[in-house]
Amino acid sequence: MRRLFDWLVAMIVLLLGRRRRKPPEVEERIVPHAPPDRRAETVLIFLFTVSAVCAGGFIAVVALDRIGNQTPYLGLSLGLSLAFLAAALVLLAKRLVVTEEIDEPYTPVEHPVEQAELDELIAESGERFTRKRLVTMAGAGAVGTLGLALAAPLVSLGPVFDLESFATTPWRRGRLLVGEDGRPLHADEIEEGTFYTAYAAHADREQLGSPLVLVRLPLSELHLPSPRERWAPQGILAYSKICTHAGCAISLYRYPLYPEAEPRPALVCPCHYSTFDPATGGTVIFGPAGRPLPQLPLAVGSRGVLRAAGNFSGPVGPSWSGVRDHKPSSPA
Amino acid sequence: MIRRAVRYLDRRAGMAPALKKALRYVFPDHWSFLLGEVAMYAFFVLVATGVYLTLFFEDSTAPTHYHGPYKPLDGMEMSHAYRSAVDLSFSVKAGLLMRQTHHWAADVFIAAIVLHLIRILCTGAFRKPRELTYYIGVTMLLLALLEGYLGYSLVDDLLSGMGLAIGYSVALSLPFIGPNFAALVWGGPFPGSGAFWSRMYIAHVLILPILIGGLLLTHLALVAARHHTQFRESPRHTERRVVGVPTFPGYAPRSLGLACAVAAVLFLLGWLVQINPIWLWGPYHIGSSTNGAQPDWYLGWLIGALRLVPGFDVVIGHYTVIPNPFWGGALFPLLVFGALYLWPRLERRLSGDYAFHNLVERPRDNPLRTAAASAFLTWVALVFVAGSADRVAVYFGLSYVGQIWFYRVFIWVGPAIAFFIAKRVCEELVAGEHAEKVRKAAEERAKAVFEQA
Repeated sequence: MRRLFDWLVAMIVLLLGRRRRKPPEVEERIVPHAPPDRRAETVLIFLFTVSAVCAGGFIAVVALDRIGNQTPYLGLSLGLSLAFLAAALVLLAKRLVVTEEIDEPYTPVEHPVEQAELDELIAESGERFTRKRLVTMAGAGAVGTLGLALAAPLVSLGPVFDLESFATTPWRRGRLLVGEDGRPLHADEIEEGTFYTAYAAHADREQLGSPLVLVRLPLSELHLPSPRERWAPQGILAYSKICTHAGCAISLYRYPLYPEAEPRPALVCPCHYSTFDPATGGTVIFGPAGRPLPQLPLAVGSRGVLRAAGNFSGPVGPSWSGVRDHKPSSPA
Repeated sequence: MIRRAVRYLDRRAGMAPALKKALRYVFPDHWSFLLGEVAMYAFFVLVATGVYLTLFFEDSTAPTHYHGPYKPLDGMEMSHAYRSAVDLSFSVKAGLLMRQTHHWAADVFIAAIVLHLIRILCTGAFRKPRELTYYIGVTMLLLALLEGYLGYSLVDDLLSGMGLAIGYSVALSLPFIGPNFAALVWGGPFPGSGAFWSRMYIAHVLILPILIGGLLLTHLALVAARHHTQFRESPRHTERRVVGVPTFPGYAPRSLGLACAVAAVLFLLGWLVQINPIWLWGPYHIGSSTNGAQPDWYLGWLIGALRLVPGFDVVIGHYTVIPNPFWGGALFPLLVFGALYLWPRLERRLSGDYAFHNLVERPRDNPLRTAAASAFLTWVALVFVAGSADRVAVYFGLSYVGQIWFYRVFIWVGPAIAFFIAKRVCEELVAGEHAEKVRKAAEERAKAVFEQA
């Protein structure tokens, strides 16, 4: 604000400076005398004018509907207007106003007299109390409890004590898998070497438990931990698409085109590159994730449609304290 | 007219003495003192452009469909938040310019704060009696980071949605209280209740800006109360007297020139250099993500930390005590900001220097401090650089896994190297100056002897 005011004052001084009569010479000036610089003044007036023209151009572009795709003209005119104004002010500072160097004392380090007076003031004001400590504690207790009381309604911000909802998923035995287009997924659509995204049919897709990533591997390459031997019919594996590290969707499938370079297929999260092995039940083979990717047991139903054969092998999504003690549950 | 205004104000508000003092306030001059001002002016641009954006933005995640001039998104399902952000980019006059300038201003704002902080750290400007100013500055940096994160999260595009998922995971990973805390903030498990968007919005456009603005005023008031620090440029610059250019007429036009230059650069960037093209990312859905995801630069150190931590949860028996994102997402920033907050006390304790200081030191004048600051900054910078290892893998074909293992070791070795290099450079610079002084004195003496002879 102060600077704005200063600037306004400076502008007014400049505008009126020409017409005002010279002030009578005083012996002691505040600001030292310096000779005028007409050339710099001319340039300054020019810069102000160009700045105004650019700003006017901005107004014109906004006003004219006929100019399609306005952003370039708007940005150029506004940016240049500000740039010319900046140039004008720098010129003003460098060539036209008096830049004198002055010094003044730093403020005193402390004020011992006032400090002593404050101490005394407080000590004398409290003289009538006989049980100062108890009074202070009672007062602090009242104010503190009132503060807690006022903060208490904040628990209604969220289900702070309901942690079961963190392990709830829309999956249960028999639930259909649908693709991104909403059609049921068939086993014979799932090819090796690529990955598919699936969701729980007839359920909200925007919950951590819904999205799946599907891959197909040769049956001979599967080494699923027991009792998951029958979880991948025809070698089709379904995992939660949500990384157990930080909740991003897994969207990279490292499929070894050159087995020497990348020994086995892996599901990779693009946020922090947690890497999971689909052949061994989603175990972590690289990156920061601390928990395997939860696997969903699959079953191939009539006419080859894919269905869930139960719920996930573990809680879906990022971990929390005690996450392993929660079993994924289906909504009631 | 000026005369009348001055009389009017003085008779109503008794302002003449204060105004006189303000106009003759002394600003010591050094280029590095401008960094804080750049941050302040970027903040003004942020407020101005931000207010314009709030007039068009809708803070709702309720689903809707986009119909507008940008055909690739036509008919797509998305939230009102994302649709309104796309609309204000394509269908509102000056909307795209304001949005891009706002985003650029946020990046420049935080960059300027960080450079300002480095300047303060390396010159010892945080020392008594200016610790409060320093603590407030560090707090403003913390709030600015949060403010920036909320700002780009509000848009609800695919990239920012992933950022929110990570933020949620870090909140969830806080030992013991994690799920309760996350449920409180998000209003339930991710993606949370619809009210979460209103909470982010009010925090971004009202609560945090007011906090930052209030702290900014306090920061400036404290600077003014103790006056600026200065370098010992001449014998006139002492601990007792401050030397510089007065606000008026000398300093005001310079500072206002800087303000206009900052605004000009930001608007020209907003015009010329595309930033966060949200229409290319598409709307966020929980089951989608984009590859090569990189946040705004000021969160790079956190994504680096999250990526570097090896894959483990702290588990006792079958009980998960500390989930993995805690280390990189919560503990690391806690340590960094803890170190920043404790720096003045630690330095006082270690150096035994409890005196008042109005003169700041050049980095070379205090080799130990400069070395410690270099080590600290190198540590954070290496973690930051590690966050871009995936891009390096794509552009240069270096193994991602190999890079991560390199950084896991080098973030500890690098700071040690930086410490010794910085210390040595400082000592050599001082020694060089001393040698120069000795040489000059010897030359003078030789000249005198020669002239005598």
